[in-house]
Formats: sequence, C-alpha cells, structure tokens
Amino acid sequence: MTELLSVRGLRVDFVTDGGVAQVLDGINLDVGPGEVVGLVGESGCGKTTLARAILGILPAGAARVRGGEVRFRGADLLRQDPAVVNARVRGKAITFIPQDPSTSFSPLFPVQTQIMDLMKWKSPRAGDGGASWPLWRYPRGRYRADREAVLETLRAVQIPEPARALRRLPHEFSGGQRQRLMIAMALLPQPDLIIADEPTTALDVTIQAQILRLLRELVKARGVSVLFTTHDLGTAHEICDRVVVMYAGQEMEAAPTDAFFARPAHPYTRRLLASVPRSDGEIRDIPGDVPSLVAPPPGCRFHPRCDHATPECQARPALRALAPDHGVRCHHPVDGPVGAGA
Amino acid sequence: MSGQPPLLELVELVRHFPVRNAFGRRTGWIRAVDGVSLAVYPGETIGLVGESGCGKSTLGKTVMGIHAPTAGDIRFAGREIGRLPPRQRRAIARDLQYVYQDPGASLDPRWKVLHSLHEPLKIHTRLSHAEREQQVRAILAAVGLPDAHLDHYPHELSGGQQRRVGLARILTLRPRMVILDEPTSGLDVSVQASVLKLVRALQETFALTYVFISHDLAVVRAMCARIAVMYLGKLVEVGDTALVFEAPRHPYTRSLLAAVPRIGGRRVTLDFALEGEPPNPRDVPSGCRFRTRCPLVQDRCAAEEPPLREVDGRRVACHFA
Repeated sequence: MTELLSVRGLRVDFVTDGGVAQVLDGINLDVGPGEVVGLVGESGCGKTTLARAILGILPAGAARVRGGEVRFRGADLLRQDPAVVNARVRGKAITFIPQDPSTSFSPLFPVQTQIMDLMKWKSPRAGDGGASWPLWRYPRGRYRADREAVLETLRAVQIPEPARALRRLPHEFSGGQRQRLMIAMALLPQPDLIIADEPTTALDVTIQAQILRLLRELVKARGVSVLFTTHDLGTAHEICDRVVVMYAGQEMEAAPTDAFFARPAHPYTRRLLASVPRSDGEIRDIPGDVPSLVAPPPGCRFHPRCDHATPECQARPALRALAPDHGVRCHHPVDGPVGAGA
Repeated sequence: MSGQPPLLELVELVRHFPVRNAFGRRTGWIRAVDGVSLAVYPGETIGLVGESGCGKSTLGKTVMGIHAPTAGDIRFAGREIGRLPPRQRRAIARDLQYVYQDPGASLDPRWKVLHSLHEPLKIHTRLSHAEREQQVRAILAAVGLPDAHLDHYPHELSGGQQRRVGLARILTLRPRMVILDEPTSGLDVSVQASVLKLVRALQETFALTYVFISHDLAVVRAMCARIAVMYLGKLVEVGDTALVFEAPRHPYTRSLLAAVPRIGGRRVTLDFALEGEPPNPRDVPSGCRFRTRCPLVQDRCAAEEPPLREVDGRRVACHFA
C-alpha cells in the first residue's frame, strides 16, 4: 500500500530548564489513504508533539527537529519551503481537530465569522495562495459557494438549523455541539488527512459515542485518513482501523485494531491493556514511573519497568514483523492472547 | 451490611441555585439536586455516576457542608448535620472529608507538602508538633510516598503523586467517611490503576466508608459494591453494581452502559441509539426528566413523575421498568 503519510526516524528535542528533553526518539509511523490510525499512549509520551511535528506547528523557540522525515504524498514536509507548506498543506490537505473546542473558538465573534474566515483562506475553491490580493477581498461568487458548502457540512455533522446556528456565539453551543462544529471545520477544506488530538476526552460517554460514530461515518464516506491521538484505549478500539502505541517518545507496537487488542506482543502494550479496570474488580498497575526524557534510559525506554528485560534491551530493538501490518519493537515479544500474563 | 444503621442518610435532599440577570434579579432556579434520598452504610463504597451537570458534585458538596441544603435532611451517624450552626458543623468535618477532583489545584503552590499535611491537624487537633510529625510520616508511608517528598512543592509532583498527597492530607484526621469526587479523572490508565489500588488499600487500613463520584463506569464497576445513577438532579436507579450492570432497568442507565466502549467486543458506536444532549437544568422537563431523550416515552411520562420504586432487587424511577 502506498502510504499517504509516512514518518521515518523522527527525532525532536525540547530545550527545557532542566536540560534537553528527547521527546521523540526515532519515531516511525504510517497512515494509509482512507485509514483511521490511533496513536495511543500515556500523557507525556509525545503523541501531541508528533501530531504538531506533522502539522509543522512545534513551538519555534523550544523545539528542535534533530532528524528524520515526515513524508506526505511523497514530499518531505520538514524540508519543503514553509510558505508552500502553509499555502497548500497545513489547514488544507492536513487539518486539525483540537482537544478542547471551547478554547479554539474566539468567544467574541459569531461562529459564522470564524468559519468564513477559515473558508476565505482554506476553501477548496480558493487557489493555492489562499485569498487573492487585496487581502480583504472575498470574491462574491466564491463566498456564496463556500457558504453553501458550510451549511451542507453543518447538516452533515447534525447541527440543527445550520443557518441560524451560524449567527450564534460559541458559548451558546454545548461542548458536544462545539466539537461537531470543529469536525465540520476540519472537513470543509476537503483534506486528505485529519489529525484529531484527543477530540472526545472532554465529553461525556453518551456524547462521546455520538461524536465517534459521526466522525467515523463522515471520514469513511469521504475517504479521508485520520490520525487519532488518545490516551483512552476504549476510544481507540471504537474508531480505529490500526493502532500505534507510544511510550516515552518511542513507538512500541503497531497493529490492526483486532490484533492489537487480542494479541498484543509488546510487554508494555500488555501491561497497559491489563491496567484497564476489569469487571471482576481486579486492578493491575505498572510498577515504576515513566522515565525522565532529559536523561532517558538507553535502548528501549520501557526496559527499566519491564519483566522481560535483559542486557540486550540497552540497545534499541529493530522493528520485527509478526504478521503483515503487525510490527513490534522489542527483543522479547510475547506470544499469546492478552490475559495470559504480561 | 443492611443490619447496621446507615452512616450517612439523605432524605429528600434539595439544593437549588438562583439564576440572576444582570441587575441581580432572580430569573429562575437551577435545580442541581432535586430530592435525593440515599443511605450509605458503614464500610461500603457506593458509586455515584452520571454525566456532567447531573448534580453529582453538588450532591457531594452539599453533604460536605460547602453548600447549604435548600430542603431535606442530611443525617450523619444518626445526627442531622445540614442545619447545624457553623461551630458545631466544623466538629463533624473531622469525620467527613472530601477529596477534590484536582488535588493539584487544592494544594497551596507555595507550601511544601509537609506544611499542607500539618495544616488539618493544626486546625482540628491539639497535638504537639512532634506528635503531628509522627502522624504525618505514618500517613505518608501509608499512601506510598517516600519521606523525601515532604520537602517538595506541589508542582514538583506528578499527577498521581499529587493525588496521593491529597489523600494523605485528609487521612491525617482519621475520618470515618470520605467523599471522592472524580478521584482518577485526567489520569492515565496505568496511573489510575495504582491510585485505585491505593484507595482500596486505604479503605481496609483505616476502615473508611466511601462515596465514589465518577463519570467513568468502568472504574465504578471495579470499585463499588453499590451504584446510584443520577440524571438532572434525581436518582434514576440505585442498586448492587453487579445487578445494575448485568441488567439495567432504567432506560437512561441502559444508554449510559451501552455508550461505554468495550475492548474486544463489537463497536458500541455501531448501534448506539441515544440522541441529543441532557436538557438545561434551568428548565427541566415536566414529569420524568429523561422523557425528552427516552426511547420508551409515552404520554404518562410527561404528566406524572415516576417515584423510585423497588423493582427486581433495586430501586428504579421509571413507569415502565
């Protein structure tokens, strides 16, 4: 399969007061066309940094890309002219759904103003340069076509009475509705890839179920790929075709959703799945703490907490393919269904 | 369990908040807690679940005395505590403690952990410094933190460690009952697992009774023997956790349980049917509050409010359960 997005050996450092933190340590990740890929990991494991690195919105002062590449439709985004990336890729071919929709809208302007501002620059009917000179000009014909598209997309995300809804201010919408608006805004530029950063963490379960269902239906109907970061394994199970698990800046295992939950091979994946509360009331945690990224352990960063660790683990294991599409980076992958001991 | 008198008993507890317009005139009421009756027995863990805005935190805070009840009784150890004068109410605070959702925010950022742990003892007891020191160290060991953490500031601790300090802080007073408000929200599953393990171990060590407020049904199922489901200020179903999870009778409980992702099973989003969002608590629907979203709704639901009645070993508020 030719990949839409493929990240190879990406290394990103952050300069902090305590030293240089190696937040991403040689990450590999693939997203195929029309595929929903879950990026799962605990807080601080680098999922958001990876998402931001793909979008090219890492904080300029603190973050340094030390190596690797982010290939999108064959071209390396890290080495392309930033102006070209800005005009053709970011916000257009790759869009973003944020974690917290309430802080992503300006509270001062009606939703209509904010969505039309987006469309002025990123509408699929706009040329490669976005709006034309002079900058305040928004051609009448294109405005009308864009507005029609907005109304239609709002209907698709099930916002009742879209024309009236557009005149309202963001605070007049509930959390679930705001997230629907965000999904609409991510779909409007007709992207190839949507990066969704924990879009349902702030929502209740019943609303979460509605939103996940809606998102999956819409992207499948339109053939859009999604990179879905989450720390909730249940959510990943709901929406993803394939799951990649990260720990302390390294990817540990990538597998199709069924195989990931049924036959996880990496010791970390197994312990993570075992720590989900079970119906019989048994609770199992992972002993130890997440390592500091300023002075991470060498090799596989999970080895200080791993039951299977040997001196060999001081070196980073190569990718091992267990099945087509199921790869694990571990010297001692575990075979067998989950629950048979970690 | 049922042989003992309840440690905490709520009788038709009501807490309304006034809504005022820009000129300070009252324009309505938010009926956050609207007639809740519940008994909590010594030594048990009861789960209080519901979506955000259903009034579960308000209920916890009203029991704690942070909000005064609008009507109804709160009986703690056989004594009505909802309308006590402040001085007498304060004496109860030792026995009845509340753990906030985000303990990081409830620790003073300029105090070392040591100082935060001493404070409740200074307020509620007359122990000497040496005695307090001894007690603080014992509690710190019980929550699994090393002594070195006493000299840390809250920002130097991780989320899981902050929660441990939050627990240590209320346990220094040796309370009988603890209200845990979303004790694991915002934590990763592996950290959540270790906090839950600790909460459970502490219950045994200190003979605690827990009211466990959470929106995470998987956590409640693992932790609680009994569960109370709330919707818009009312209890809709109360019963043994195993029974309620096995065969929920209220349509809301059913939808809530159906919405929880189950790893390894069929995708629940494929056949999840509940539409819409909870109505505004400012104008709750007449009759049954769930009727605007209920799949079983009939005319009777708008006219008549269903009481909590005994059905099949648990209490349910639905005409058609």
